Amino acid sequence: MQRFKTLQDMFKRYRRPGDLVFAVLFLAFALFLMLSLDDQTTWVKRTKTVSQPAFWPTVAVWVMLGFGLLHLIGSLVSPRISGRLTEVIFWLRSVEFAGWFMAYVLLVPRLGYLPSTIIFTVSLAFRLGYRRWQALLSAAGIGVLIVLIFKTFLQVKVPGGQIYEMLPGTLRAFMLTYF
Amino acid sequence: MEALFSGVELLARWDVLAALLIGSIGGVVIGAIPGVGAAVAIAILLPATFSLDPIVGLTILLGIYGSSMYGGALPAILINTPGTAVNALTTYDGYPMTKRGEARRALALAYSASFFGGVFSIICLIVLSPVLALIAPHFGSREIFLAALLGIVLVVLAHRGQIFAAGMLAAFGLFLNTVGLEPVKYTRRFTFDQSWLTGGFDLIVVVLGLFALSQAFILLVDKDNTPHPQPIKGSMFGNLGELFKFKRVAAASSSFGVMMGMIPGVGEFTAQFMSYTYARKTSKKPELFGKGSPEGLIASEAANNAVPGAAMIPLLALGIPGEALTAMMLSVFYVHNVIPGPQLFQNNLDFVYALYIAMLLLNVIVIVFLIFSTNILVKVIQIPTRFLGVIILTLSFVGVYSLRNSVTDCAVAAGFGVLGLVLKRLNLPIVPIILGMVLGQIMEVKLRSSMARVKTPLDFVDRPIAAILAGLLLLVIVLHIRTLFKEHKNRIAEQDHDHDVHDSQQR
Repeated sequence: MQRFKTLQDMFKRYRRPGDLVFAVLFLAFALFLMLSLDDQTTWVKRTKTVSQPAFWPTVAVWVMLGFGLLHLIGSLVSPRISGRLTEVIFWLRSVEFAGWFMAYVLLVPRLGYLPSTIIFTVSLAFRLGYRRWQALLSAAGIGVLIVLIFKTFLQVKVPGGQIYEMLPGTLRAFMLTYF
Repeated sequence: MEALFSGVELLARWDVLAALLIGSIGGVVIGAIPGVGAAVAIAILLPATFSLDPIVGLTILLGIYGSSMYGGALPAILINTPGTAVNALTTYDGYPMTKRGEARRALALAYSASFFGGVFSIICLIVLSPVLALIAPHFGSREIFLAALLGIVLVVLAHRGQIFAAGMLAAFGLFLNTVGLEPVKYTRRFTFDQSWLTGGFDLIVVVLGLFALSQAFILLVDKDNTPHPQPIKGSMFGNLGELFKFKRVAAASSSFGVMMGMIPGVGEFTAQFMSYTYARKTSKKPELFGKGSPEGLIASEAANNAVPGAAMIPLLALGIPGEALTAMMLSVFYVHNVIPGPQLFQNNLDFVYALYIAMLLLNVIVIVFLIFSTNILVKVIQIPTRFLGVIILTLSFVGVYSLRNSVTDCAVAAGFGVLGLVLKRLNLPIVPIILGMVLGQIMEVKLRSSMARVKTPLDFVDRPIAAILAGLLLLVIVLHIRTLFKEHKNRIAEQDHDHDVHDSQQR
């Protein structure tokens, strides 16, 4: 079977369930931006149009609106694909993991990079259904490895935890520098 | 010649060589794991490279960029799942060969074709560099503006069948670039009186969200899955030489890769399409294409590996990235105050050569590594997908947080992560957003500075290169419309389409 003959065939992407929901949301966002244009941008005096601070936001928002409208029309005239609600629920389920990520972000300056990372990887692995001790140990190992590579070796800028302040002198300095 | 030797000298440092080794081998491993591509890895590593020397940081990133596609061929051939998006076409002929019991032959052909494509493109570029050094200074503000505009138009038109979505997302990228305090008249744009919006959206935060966090979220929400490829028996050495039987296809495909790589916004997919079509049309056994044709496999792999080298041309010569990965690299240049553009080719040709030689070396390292380590890689790709999600999420934290220790950045990245997940699930393109952001900034600055000497619209194109670029812009649009009509007549039946060919486009 010949699966593509023209460039169009090869590049054609097919609509998936939820396309209409995204098209509506995007157009609504573009409309909101268009209505905020006057309020949120400034046209200054004695300046050429293309040098105006409002020029590029105006171009961007109107192009978003134009293409967004065409995309929505495309969605509306296409046959409905079942599974829209399931798909939207899938999107919303990702918010839980965004929450996990933010919890980790908030934990690091308090508990320190190494302890927070181990807690994060092990508890998230547990949440995902990994119950065998080998899996949880691997999760902890991965956490330690990441800290070793980035903080200990590459010295990326991640602040030490407040909890490290309670450690005795030399150990405190060591933990603040390397973990 | 002097610049070439000086470039070699720049590389002759232990830290650069270590970076080369880590980048190239790391890239192969990352490319081989389905679900993680070069974009995810580069996004995560980007902030970590800021503290390194420009040549060291760029060598690591180039290593990953240039070698991930080698690794991506492995799962494409063994388990019919492309490791990176641009290996999707490799599955067409690679997997049927595995089913026929020719996995070793398919892998050897893929590796040797990739090597041929990679080396071919770099040799072309080394030869071309002095010419570029002559042409690049003729690019003033208006030429760079027009080239950036051409890049935006091409990236939209390249997303065939989804032009409306690509257009609206490229415009969204343009919009994101405008948010915040504008640097010339000091007015606020779309800040809604929120202090966290005053600084605008940082490209790296957006990139990390759209590429890395979104991938982590997809893997975490989706069902757990562990690929189980069969190990390869015997040595691959014997099969590597088979490429010479297909040297015409390999050379033509690499040439397509170089040409398409140089044009901003086009890239691997168009190069692969052209070389695959060429290979099929000129083959003695066209009926084998899609059923395990060695020529089809070579066309796909040689073309995609010839692109990274060529994509460095618009980036280095004009400061215009042609796709998401080079857009990320642009930020490394800026952080180190090395401004890519005509001046770089004039004043730092040795630096440019050093990058090309590094790319040449990485191809050698990768092919040697692959010959001996394919079976180790087969084990590496057996990581359960949800576990992989945990790893990417943990790594993404380092990427975002180490930028400026900002919780707001992390929240913004998480928001873009959710947006990225929605786009990936809908199979909508992410690259136009990134290019819209980067090229939008270039266009705004260059249009403003070029208007000083422009009185009428025709003045804008009164220089030869500007006129050529404007002509190209018109030509591209006219040709696109013509092609649409032609292809409509030529299209194949709806049910015969491969609906998932670009399922993995966003990795």
